[in-house]
Amino acid sequence: MFLRPEPKGVFMNVSMTVNGRSVSADVEPRTLLVHLIRENLHLTGTHVGCETGYCGACTVHLDGKPVKSCTMLAVQAEGANIMTIEGLANNGELHPVQEGFWERHGLQCGFCTPGMIMAAAALLQDNNNPSEEEIRHGIEGNLCRCTGYHNIVRAVEYAGAKMRGEEPAAPDWEEVS
Amino acid sequence: MATTSVMGGSIRRREDPALIQGYGEYVDDLTRTGLLHVAFLRSTVARAKITRLDTSAAKEMPGVIAVYTHEDVAHLGPLLAQVPIGKLRPLLAAGEVNHVGEAVAMVMAETRYQAQDALDGIEVDYDILPAVIDLKKAASDETKVHDELESNVIHTWTYHGYWAALGLEDQTPQVDAAMERDDAVVVSLEMTNQRLIPVAIEPRSVLAEYNPGYGCFTVHSSTQVPHALGGAIATTFGMRSTEVRVIAPEVGGGFGSKLNVYNDEILVSFAAKALGRPVKWTETRREAAGSTIHGRGWIGTASLVGTKDGQFLGYKLDAIADMGAYTQNFTVAIPLLGLWIASGQYKMPISWTVACVVTNTMTTDAYRGAGRPEAIYYLERVIDAYAREIGMDPFEVRKKNFWQPDEFPATMGCGFSLDSGNYAAAVDKLIEVSDYAGMRDRQEKARAEGRLVGIGVGSYVEVCGFGPAVLAEIGFSWTNYGLPASFNGSGLVRVNPDATVTVVIGTGPTGQGHETTWAQIVGDGLGVPVDDIRVLHGDTREHPMGIGTFGSRSISVDGTATFEATKKVREKAAKIAAHLLEASAEDIVFGDGAAHVAGSPEKSVTWKAIAKSAYQAHTSPEDVDSGLEAHTAFSPGNATWPFGTHLAMVEVDPDTGDVKILEYHTVDDCGNVISPMIVNGQIQGGIAQGIGQAMFEDAIYDQEGNMLTGSLMDYTLPTAADLPSFDLHRTVTPSPINPMGVKGIGEAGTIGSAHTMVNAVVDAVAPLGVKHIDMPLRPKRVWEAMQEARA
Repeated sequence: MFLRPEPKGVFMNVSMTVNGRSVSADVEPRTLLVHLIRENLHLTGTHVGCETGYCGACTVHLDGKPVKSCTMLAVQAEGANIMTIEGLANNGELHPVQEGFWERHGLQCGFCTPGMIMAAAALLQDNNNPSEEEIRHGIEGNLCRCTGYHNIVRAVEYAGAKMRGEEPAAPDWEEVS
Repeated sequence: MATTSVMGGSIRRREDPALIQGYGEYVDDLTRTGLLHVAFLRSTVARAKITRLDTSAAKEMPGVIAVYTHEDVAHLGPLLAQVPIGKLRPLLAAGEVNHVGEAVAMVMAETRYQAQDALDGIEVDYDILPAVIDLKKAASDETKVHDELESNVIHTWTYHGYWAALGLEDQTPQVDAAMERDDAVVVSLEMTNQRLIPVAIEPRSVLAEYNPGYGCFTVHSSTQVPHALGGAIATTFGMRSTEVRVIAPEVGGGFGSKLNVYNDEILVSFAAKALGRPVKWTETRREAAGSTIHGRGWIGTASLVGTKDGQFLGYKLDAIADMGAYTQNFTVAIPLLGLWIASGQYKMPISWTVACVVTNTMTTDAYRGAGRPEAIYYLERVIDAYAREIGMDPFEVRKKNFWQPDEFPATMGCGFSLDSGNYAAAVDKLIEVSDYAGMRDRQEKARAEGRLVGIGVGSYVEVCGFGPAVLAEIGFSWTNYGLPASFNGSGLVRVNPDATVTVVIGTGPTGQGHETTWAQIVGDGLGVPVDDIRVLHGDTREHPMGIGTFGSRSISVDGTATFEATKKVREKAAKIAAHLLEASAEDIVFGDGAAHVAGSPEKSVTWKAIAKSAYQAHTSPEDVDSGLEAHTAFSPGNATWPFGTHLAMVEVDPDTGDVKILEYHTVDDCGNVISPMIVNGQIQGGIAQGIGQAMFEDAIYDQEGNMLTGSLMDYTLPTAADLPSFDLHRTVTPSPINPMGVKGIGEAGTIGSAHTMVNAVVDAVAPLGVKHIDMPLRPKRVWEAMQEARA
């Protein structure tokens, strides 16, 4: 049998603001927020890496705070103001954290990157001059398998300096002589 | 000596603008009209006969289009493997299951959630059999995993006997004789190199479409080896290679786990054709623990014999390697990669035996380093124990036994030759940049205060850049996937009519930054800005065959091919420029987006004019064909052999066993460096995975074969808070086997770090009498070792 009627089930309507736009969708009560974002809103920059809230690839901002959208139901975000990675740059101008990741090689495969950037942006929003230890603890809810975190820490330091209006430290890689 | 002309600097990556803004396109981001979603029912038991499998209720569930079991796909045969020793994996369980997570049935439904729901509608009865998990018991054949195999030991690698055609000498008698010497110091350690789960943060995903009108598959997969997958699909379905297009878009990390061809990739393709609809499957993290390959999983005893003053006389390893239940791509061949570097950076006789054993667990295969971290771990751990035994500094004992710079290329007992090296120079640099003397002073002071501070040294040499054509003769061959028996690299460079440049390469990145590095190679070779260069990869319909990205091979093999293709394009462009400038082609030099006549910089013509002319026959020289592109394949004469030495300083909490990493320094040598930024990034990530093995990660099966670490809540990856910043340095010893003088760097950090960490922790607790602690060095294990030593 190759054809079936449209799936039937209980659907609920949810409305929220995502990246400054009002959106509304009919979802099952069990629909995860990350699936609403990816599959209904087609904002595929928010990734799913573990479904248990450990890897943080799904991190978005909900009312200004970082949350893991894979362990939250879409209906729980009713009325919320959500920002995803696609909404972080301002009119084409990169957020300092995005700039830092680019300038300091803070990403390799890029899969954890949106969540990592959202977590780091929230960290710097609260404290734009964190110590290395504060940065490391601030992003420990986000896993990266490529970078060993070294350059992510440098990227966040770069962004912090930018946000404070200071000149970021030079890169620490030794150039070819 | 190799040229350094292409060695650029660290430019920002071309890949990044999309990835930092959420516009990178990974397989699960793709959708299609009429897309069906797949969920797999996976075995919950390690070993059983399937006595009943009823999918009828599932077929009636909402949104379900089809449910497949073995009978539906039996005609396709088992999953192909490159080195098919052992039992091949059935696409879906064939009347029996052999590990937890084995795919038993496959559901296609309208939505992801419906597919998952329908798994609850499938009924399976298992007649459970005793699982074979313990490696020593498995090797004893007390219970056989597969009735049709003679033994659970499916292959045994020995140092001299791995390839009879080489006629190598068995050095075991030399090692044994050394052990009998009166002045011999023999140190042995029985050690586990535990099983790991690779955990690329992007789960694997595959989207297949079949168009009956064109008679073609289009398969998007999160893979490191699109050409191998295309070949496997074509072979399985009896199609021609041009009828299967495989695309690897952005791939979110691989580390070897996406170097396999998987049964799900074949099954999703089959379903797309059979159902006439696009079909997608994305692995969940939990199912990945039983459906994506694992790595490592060795137990063994390493013995080093040397004199009292630190001269090595021989090394012996006797180990068992866990293959898992079924053989996939390289599985049985992984230890062979370790065999080639069994002697590390040292000159001494080697006796090395690794038995490959099947168990009721997920298949093991290439995980970052693949056989090499295991081999180096055993060697370097026992060297450390030997140095402690004779009271010699760990750097000194290593330096005393290194191959010397004038001995390269150095032919080892395994028949392969180390291409280039200056091992002592790397150690001397490390001693200097780390202030090793100061570290020892600080350690002494800390010890005087009763603190447990340790310093660990670890060297490594790596074999990578696969590879020389000889590999095909040993049995590494892609012919089972319908591909040529080669490890060629390839590169195509095309200057377009508007003077932009398209570079098409046979390997693609899983984060390594190919788009940037290759643009640097070509930009340097043609004298065009990197912004005008676009690097394409990962599409088998369009791109020359290049096997894939693994074994730290891309830069030395495909990079070289691209380097050579660039040279051909430059030579042709010189002829066109010479024609336009009424000069001689030999006098043309390129730079700043133009061609000049050497010595007369005012006589120049832009790349735009050259490109335009190349595509209009009436303005080209008569003896030059229209167009401006070249393709080159490259087959290296040898592997490349990067090396280095790492140094860690740690502190152990005497009450809890918790380990804190205080400092981590390295000197790595991968030959000439194109982008220091990218090279350092590779080393940092590699170190994190080595430290991950040393400190945190452990894929645990209980004796019934249940996977106890199936989610990231149980399988502990290092977080940012667990790791320090790394102090990286390098020496540069170019490789003579390729014109750029480059070696690979993707795996070096991992190969160099696990033993360095364990050496450091053991050094910290050695004053208590601890000689060895098996990885991962979690607080409990370190605490228990201290308690035992104190008792």
